[in-house]
Amino acid sequence: MKKSKQFWLFIIAAVLVYAVVQFFIANGTMNQFYSNTFIFIAINIILAVSLHLVIGITGQFSIGHAGFLAVGAYISAIVTMKLDLPFIVAIIVGGMVAALAGLIVGIPSLRLKGDYLAIATLGFAEIIRIVFLNIDYVGGAAGMQVSHLTTWTYAFVCLVITIIVIVNFTNSRHGIAAISVRENEIASDAMGINTTYYKVAAFAIGSFFAGVAGALYSHNFYIIQPSQFGFLKSFDILIFVVLGGLGSLSGAVLSAILLTVVSTYLQGYPETRMIIYSLVLILVMLYRPKGLMGTMEITDYFKLWRTPKGGDQHGK
Amino acid sequence: MTMLKVENIDVFYGNIQALRDVSITVNQGEIVSLIGANGAGKSTLLKTLSGLLKPKKGKIEFLDKSISGKQAQSIVKAGISHVPEGRRVFANLTVEENLELGAFLRKDKQGIHQDMQKVYEIFPRLLERKKQHSGTLSGGEQQMLAMGRAIMAKPKLVLLDEPSMGLAPLMVKTIFQVIKDINNEGTTVLLVEQNANMALSVANRGYVIETGRVVLSGSALELQNSEEVKLAYLGGH
Repeated sequence: MKKSKQFWLFIIAAVLVYAVVQFFIANGTMNQFYSNTFIFIAINIILAVSLHLVIGITGQFSIGHAGFLAVGAYISAIVTMKLDLPFIVAIIVGGMVAALAGLIVGIPSLRLKGDYLAIATLGFAEIIRIVFLNIDYVGGAAGMQVSHLTTWTYAFVCLVITIIVIVNFTNSRHGIAAISVRENEIASDAMGINTTYYKVAAFAIGSFFAGVAGALYSHNFYIIQPSQFGFLKSFDILIFVVLGGLGSLSGAVLSAILLTVVSTYLQGYPETRMIIYSLVLILVMLYRPKGLMGTMEITDYFKLWRTPKGGDQHGK
Repeated sequence: MTMLKVENIDVFYGNIQALRDVSITVNQGEIVSLIGANGAGKSTLLKTLSGLLKPKKGKIEFLDKSISGKQAQSIVKAGISHVPEGRRVFANLTVEENLELGAFLRKDKQGIHQDMQKVYEIFPRLLERKKQHSGTLSGGEQQMLAMGRAIMAKPKLVLLDEPSMGLAPLMVKTIFQVIKDINNEGTTVLLVEQNANMALSVANRGYVIETGRVVLSGSALELQNSEEVKLAYLGGH
């Protein structure tokens, strides 16, 4: 009962945010630059939240998320540009093929742990990039022309669906099993939880939404090139998750918004951009070493306000 | 009645052989202790029984069905619950969530609820802290939680790995009392301990393991009085 109240509050807030932004876009107050920034924020949040499921919830340190972004971007571009199918089909197909890629990558590599898994996923992402680089059908290094189809509505609806699915997964019995894998894999095994299954499932779901983000991404830029999906892109996504606080979905959302805004505004100062961006990261890590939110969610703060003594939520 | 029968198993870590030709049996309703020095292979044996390691050779039968080489989850389903060494609670989950995870493979909501009450009865301390993150518990409380979590799986056989490790003497007494209690309620216990004195005092029978082999076995009383065991594990005279 309480859950569904939270759910409806979320839906109302989402509709409000959507309506306000859409209103300003429609009456021309917000020009193309701002509306693009909002779309870009939505895409980055989808990426951050999908990686949050893999790293923050299931504890599998994957740093190849840009690979699945690339799969979604290219597959969806093929669907709209070469097959002339509607954009909505492209988004779904992009997500599904990325999820399939996630399964293929995940099944062998999720037997690895920690650093080894990180290196393996990084390698797979590079392989995906090189494959696209060498396929002439999608333009090779020169890239592929894509029409601009992503609108604020598409981006926002995808974002809301992503958050609802991942929050529901996390709060379900499966989510708690996935968290137990993060907390202690051996104990989780000993409880009779099929740890490999949950790791692969989280990885595939995360890849699906990365693919969805890829579809939105490619149709927002007129052209896609393999160089956009290098390991730096993977690190960008990783930074959203780590900066927000490992295990905190609202943290991932917040830091994706913050960093997208910072880097967009710094585009005017190309010489100092990376320096300031890096300084922001260093400062946050110095003063919030567990990330912006730690392992807390925004809703936890509401609970704290309601029980002024700090409650028994976190053992204080 | 024989509950668990292990026949001539060999277990390897890579190229290193950890268990050689180990055979043990556990009868229904017993407490059986495995004692031995560090690195003798006691924990390896428990991990093999619960499916975390696979034997290269030999047979493991539980309730007359072979379980050697089976996946951990089907072994838990069959009724063996493992409390791993070093407690290994899920630190960022609450006590209650930890206990729920213990019952992960069970479907009977009513029974799970009853067993949760039973665990809180056995360990009132856990009830006080049920909403607390388990990482904030003391070592002894974490051991209680690990044992409670194992009970939640409603096991026929519990494998306990070093339950007294790193605990204050008073807490060790409490834990061993609980081991006797859950045994009295019908759960069979296979106990690995370095604290041989304590382990043999609650057990019916025992095995002594040295460098991967069973070197001695007998009733707990026989082992307590055996010169070799006294000298090696009970601090001599």
